[in-house]
Amino acid sequence: MANSVVKSGPLGRVVVWGLFAVLLIVLPLLFRSSLALTMLSQMGYLVIICLSYNILLGQGGMLSFGHAVYTGMGAFIAVHAMNQATKGAIWLPVSLVPLVGGVAGMFFAALFGYVTTKKSGTTFAMITLGIGELVAAMSLMFPAFFGGEGGVTTNRTYGAPFLGLTFGPQIQVYCLIAAYCFVSTALMYAFTGTPLGRMLNAVRDNPERVEFIGYNTQWVRYLGFIIAGFFAGIGGALAAINFEIVGAADSLSSVRSGGYLLFTFLGGATFFFGPIIGAVLLVLASVLLSEITKAWLLYLGLVFLLMVMYAPGGIASLIMMNLRVAKSGKLARLLGWYALLAVTGALTFFGIAALIEMIYHMQLNEALGPVLSFLGIELNVKSAASWAGTVVVALIGLGLFELTRKRFALRWGEVQGEIEAAIRAREAA
Amino acid sequence: MEFFTISMLNGLSYGLLLFMLSSGLTLIFSMMGVLNFAHTSFYMLGAYFAYSISGAIGFWPALLIAPLLVGGLGALFERYALRRVHKFGHVPELLVTFGLSYLILELVRLVWGNATVPYGLPEQLQGPLFTLYGTQFPKSRSFIMLLALLMLLSVWLLLTRTRIGLVIQAALTHPETVESLGHNVPRVFMLVFGGGAALAALAGVIGGNTYVTEPAMAGAVGSIVFVVVVVGGMGSLAGAFLASLLIGVLQTFAVAIDQSLATGLHALGINVTDQTFGHDLLQLSVAQVAPILPYLLLVLMLIFRPKGLLGRRDG
Repeated sequence: MANSVVKSGPLGRVVVWGLFAVLLIVLPLLFRSSLALTMLSQMGYLVIICLSYNILLGQGGMLSFGHAVYTGMGAFIAVHAMNQATKGAIWLPVSLVPLVGGVAGMFFAALFGYVTTKKSGTTFAMITLGIGELVAAMSLMFPAFFGGEGGVTTNRTYGAPFLGLTFGPQIQVYCLIAAYCFVSTALMYAFTGTPLGRMLNAVRDNPERVEFIGYNTQWVRYLGFIIAGFFAGIGGALAAINFEIVGAADSLSSVRSGGYLLFTFLGGATFFFGPIIGAVLLVLASVLLSEITKAWLLYLGLVFLLMVMYAPGGIASLIMMNLRVAKSGKLARLLGWYALLAVTGALTFFGIAALIEMIYHMQLNEALGPVLSFLGIELNVKSAASWAGTVVVALIGLGLFELTRKRFALRWGEVQGEIEAAIRAREAA
Repeated sequence: MEFFTISMLNGLSYGLLLFMLSSGLTLIFSMMGVLNFAHTSFYMLGAYFAYSISGAIGFWPALLIAPLLVGGLGALFERYALRRVHKFGHVPELLVTFGLSYLILELVRLVWGNATVPYGLPEQLQGPLFTLYGTQFPKSRSFIMLLALLMLLSVWLLLTRTRIGLVIQAALTHPETVESLGHNVPRVFMLVFGGGAALAALAGVIGGNTYVTEPAMAGAVGSIVFVVVVVGGMGSLAGAFLASLLIGVLQTFAVAIDQSLATGLHALGINVTDQTFGHDLLQLSVAQVAPILPYLLLVLMLIFRPKGLLGRRDG
């Protein structure tokens, strides 16, 4: 799964991919509740969508604000295809519906991508935003196709069973999603190694030089965009099969596009497996975190902002950097610092989160009385002691954390310097 | 004639409000190469700050204080967040402002709630300024026009006639040379970012009570402002002015026209029924199509003139 973990040849590659397949099979056996199965199904198609988004962001350096257009259009075409098949107008087994969605996503990527990929960088970002708004606004004008406010519904249990699968129970839908997830991930990984995938990286890093060699950068971006659209469409169609309903206001919106961007980046755009982490986080955050706190979008925004500022490679890069340190046997020197960072960070988080929760409580749950329970502690929004206490905890935490972070940054720099010196020495030898 | 004049005036005042927003965005973009995704969030903050301040000490002080506060916040953000990611390149810069827009939206919801706030016009701006063909033109809209024109004039004077303006212009093209002459270029950038945020907030102070003040206001105008900047030509202030007026007038006229292709064909003697091919498309009135017109303009512009109306280079 990871291009840099597995440099150890074909054997390592087989092991990693085998583990991925085993994980897809074993997870639904371990977590048997219906909530877990729903979440796993969502993770399955979101992995495809986030990976397809990373073809643009990570591989091509194209920051798109309109990826929901291609997942959404894939979903809509898939739903209509399923409804036609139910009527008997066309022959289409459910197991092939994601491919229909993929082709639809590809078609719309080819259509809109022709305009958007004319530019790169920030202009590209603005144009994808504009196209996203265009499609979202248009979808409300054609209720016959997009179903207006109610959306379009479908039924996935039509037709003869395929290998005994009727796609009625959720577990069978999960199997379909898992199969598509595995194949799509493998195909997208293979794509990173093709000449086109490599050219996409080159266009990201140095477009002038690529043009000098004789490639058309716009054409390379365009092809990359179309391929991303194909996989986005597959993901969208799987979502449509999973929920049996697609709504225009929701699945084509810029909020959805922003979510894909946010979590792909959080997972890590610079490594192939980063978006997989992002997709898992997306489901965990939107299903579990939103249950715990009403302010989850605020926490998400804060985490995202800190991530962009301090770890622009996302979680994947944090993992890989620590793996590198561990390989060189220097991790022990940092472990103490990690513990300190964790303690001071937890203190800071505790103070700030308590403040946020108190303000939210005042705004939303005034009727429930002034007392709220936060991590087992009773806080009273009417008492000055609660406010002063949380502010003091937050400030002390922040001060200690900043102090530790600065010391840690020095140590971290030292260790990285030593590792790089060791690598250079090895290369020279 | 009556319809034309009133729509034109409304369109111009909306266009000028768009220009107040896009001018700050364009200035920041042309100087620092940063596309500030949170620009309309500053606009929203301006409106909310003005709502709170005008509740305490009145509208006219708020007109001055709210932009200054937001400008200060913008400068702080530039100093402590944007400058840190500058070395990573333009995409992380865009991402950090994207994250900020997320955060501001949630904070506004947290502090002022999810519903529309009752941010009303001050007494002096209520009522019509003049009556034309029996239709009244409100004072508030003329105030927007006046303020936008004043702002345009003062920004132009600041950039071309003052010492700091000359330094800004020089830092735009030759930052290293300006730095070696002893000017603090990062601080100039910080001032420009704060200034751009203040301009957006000023637009928010008067846009918030003329239209509505709600958490969705940043998103509603956000993508339109990006369209303005691309259509006008990236980094061109004059282009942004032209494109703002064009889009403002275009949208205002479009929402008022209740004609569709079907009625047009009817006038030519062709009847459109449910069975006609493309019936859904032909039945759409111009007013229904109005929300997508700016984006259509964007797409057409990119196909036929990719550098924008007054853009200098094809980037």
